[in-house]
Amino acid sequence: MSRYVLPLVAVVTLIVFLVIGLTRGDPRALPSPFIGKPAPQFELPTLKDPSATVGSSDLAGQVVLVNVWATWCVQCRVEHQFLLDLASKGEIPIYGINWRDTRPEALRWLQQLGDPYVASGFDVDGVVGIDWGVYGAPESFLVSADGVVLFKQLGPLNRQIWERDFVPLIASSGAAQ
Amino acid sequence: MKRFLILISAMLAVAPVAAIDTGKAFDDPELQARYDKMISEVRCLKCQNQSIKDSNVFLASDLRREIRRLIAEGKTDAEIQDFLVTRYGEFALYRPRTTGKTLILWIAPFLLVLFGVFAMFRILRHRMSMPIDDDAVKSGGAE
Repeated sequence: MSRYVLPLVAVVTLIVFLVIGLTRGDPRALPSPFIGKPAPQFELPTLKDPSATVGSSDLAGQVVLVNVWATWCVQCRVEHQFLLDLASKGEIPIYGINWRDTRPEALRWLQQLGDPYVASGFDVDGVVGIDWGVYGAPESFLVSADGVVLFKQLGPLNRQIWERDFVPLIASSGAAQ
Repeated sequence: MKRFLILISAMLAVAPVAAIDTGKAFDDPELQARYDKMISEVRCLKCQNQSIKDSNVFLASDLRREIRRLIAEGKTDAEIQDFLVTRYGEFALYRPRTTGKTLILWIAPFLLVLFGVFAMFRILRHRMSMPIDDDAVKSGGAE
């Protein structure tokens, strides 16, 4: 009887790993190496005024959402309404990084769909995107008041994800201040 | 058959033309070699399972540009790997570094081979200790 034990354990182990692997959610999603670490420093010209800048110093001292977006990004259009909703309710200041886009198109996007951002940086050649480890828009980073990345959302945000993943972190981050 | 071979060789001949990054990045052949090796070992995060050498999405070309810049600035390969790993994690490297978390990736194959050899010895020893008659060989063979 005991000679069946080892193969059985091996098969069960294999099945457990297969189940974990298959139910892990999006296999392309990568964990951000920045979680729990200081957000990368950045400074970019703003979308609306090339002579003005937006950067790390503007984020400091408040919990903010940094949202990477582009007009060529279909999923950004999907989440845009929710960002407007967040902004209009004053739930969190949202800073945009307009990634690999053109200024006229990005400005038209904000004009037509509404502008949820306190300011959007214009990252035309994707340098800041690389510094933040961005590999596909939309991506949203929750950054604490002392500049630590608390969470990263890949893909479009919505109310459900917001309540589940962001709100508890914002609450505990505020309580720790 | 001869026609077929000519056709195949003609198709092979044009394949390099479709390569993405053909332009020379550096005049110095040593730097160029480092660059070529580096970009073929960095994963394109947007188009996973391609290297940034083989991909034409803009993220790949952005990363190639950053690697060119870092090499031109005189950064070592290790420093460039650090640059990528701090931003995208170990997953960005096709050849994971032998440190900490990735150690298991490197030693697991050897451990599995050792385990296999050990198991084989156990089974062989067990069989050799069995009495040699036809019935025993049959039941041993069916194990």
